[in-house]
Amino acid sequence: MSPGIQLTEQGNLRHLLTIEGLSSETLLNILDTAESFITLGRREIKKVPLLRGRTVVNLFFEASTRTRTTFEIAAKRLSADVINLNPTHSSTSKGETLLDTVRTLEAMHTDLFCVRHPESGAPHLIARNVPDHVHIINAGDGRHAHPTQALLDMFTIRAHKGEFRNLRVAVVGDVLHSRVARSQIHALSTLGVAEIRVVGPRTLLPREIERLGVRVFTEMDEGLRDVDVIMMLRVQRERMDGAQIPSEQEYFNLYGLTEERLALADSGAIVMHPGPINRGLEIDSAVADGERSVILAQVTYGIAIRMAVMAIILGGSEPRRSRLPDA
Amino acid sequence: MAHSKEIQSLLESMATQLRERMPADPLLVGIHSGGAWIAAELHSRMGFTEPLGSLDITFYRDDFTRVGVHPQVRASDLPVDVDGRNVILVDDVLQTGRTIRAALNEIFDYGRPRSITLAVLVDRDARELPIQPDVVGRKLELAEHQHVKLAGPDDMQLNILEDGT
Repeated sequence: MSPGIQLTEQGNLRHLLTIEGLSSETLLNILDTAESFITLGRREIKKVPLLRGRTVVNLFFEASTRTRTTFEIAAKRLSADVINLNPTHSSTSKGETLLDTVRTLEAMHTDLFCVRHPESGAPHLIARNVPDHVHIINAGDGRHAHPTQALLDMFTIRAHKGEFRNLRVAVVGDVLHSRVARSQIHALSTLGVAEIRVVGPRTLLPREIERLGVRVFTEMDEGLRDVDVIMMLRVQRERMDGAQIPSEQEYFNLYGLTEERLALADSGAIVMHPGPINRGLEIDSAVADGERSVILAQVTYGIAIRMAVMAIILGGSEPRRSRLPDA
Repeated sequence: MAHSKEIQSLLESMATQLRERMPADPLLVGIHSGGAWIAAELHSRMGFTEPLGSLDITFYRDDFTRVGVHPQVRASDLPVDVDGRNVILVDDVLQTGRTIRAALNEIFDYGRPRSITLAVLVDRDARELPIQPDVVGRKLELAEHQHVKLAGPDDMQLNILEDGT
């Protein structure tokens, strides 16, 4: 999957498919732009006319209320028209292919697709097959990437901890199945944090993950020692039945984030989680609701980040004014 | 070419004009960045006590689809409610009127002011929209290839630039 497809010839962002291959300037530009959208949420009218007349389609082949809602709010605050589609239940069950679905929607003069798909690479496939004036944002594909989540996480870290290069960050839990973890690690390493750790049971860590430049810890207590940021991952309960996790109780005993374990981290450490959280599985309620938790702030920042990505991608690209009939 | 001293006299003239037509309970708002510098000067000169507002109209520009988002957009900051207030909107150079159009739209997204008075340091007569200033430091007639730009915020001065410089 070539990251080159994400950029125009001038180096501007055309699609956002993965963090991999993007420069720190591009990432910081997104964070800086998001900064200016933060105050908007406190205004009486929470909209700006930036994307007036543009059409954004949230194309979710996998259920997700949270992420879809933040994409929807982001697009609406930019004054775009938003359509939400969940094609698992409509066209694809009638045998329409992914690209047919997209081409049909494209023919309705859509400007931007925010795509979530259970298959890794589906947003890339779409991006390779759309005309120049159509843009794609990956809203999570398989185990591959979830770039806007990673960006909002970076925004959260910068807002609460400042400079990236001084920080030790631990990514904790089911790294193996997590598109969030993959994108987070790429973003953290591009932004030059001092140390990236991954913490979890060996069965849930990808082989050769060290090649991404991370330190691997299978002992939670060791992995958390002196870190500035703890990024918890969601443990999917469906993994419980398999051999990967023995039982919920045992997982919590070994890798659950409790106040005792949090005390091992730096005294100013923050706790993050992409949500939805499993209380008592990967995180104790006292920590999730505690004063070091920035989990709800992440949700708020998520809207500003998605606004920034949409504004950057669609800004500087003239909407197509007239359309020739399809050949 | 106007030097800092000249800026001082332009500011003095703006302050005098503003005092003459001062609305009750005014709220001073500067457009980022030059307008915000001028607004700050007027704010201290005229002894306003209320906090100063600033607007970054990037998200309201009509050329967004051509130029895109600037990397360093400042968040607009209107510290007090604009509802029912007499707003004095300040900018450095009034040229086409498009910036002011965008600023008016943005202000109305914050609330419904009672009135808006437009005060500019320089009125360069090249309007493309029916927008006129109420308070003017100085009028400038320039050739089409010339541009006027305010340098600052320290030692503010007006520079006239030729195309290609």
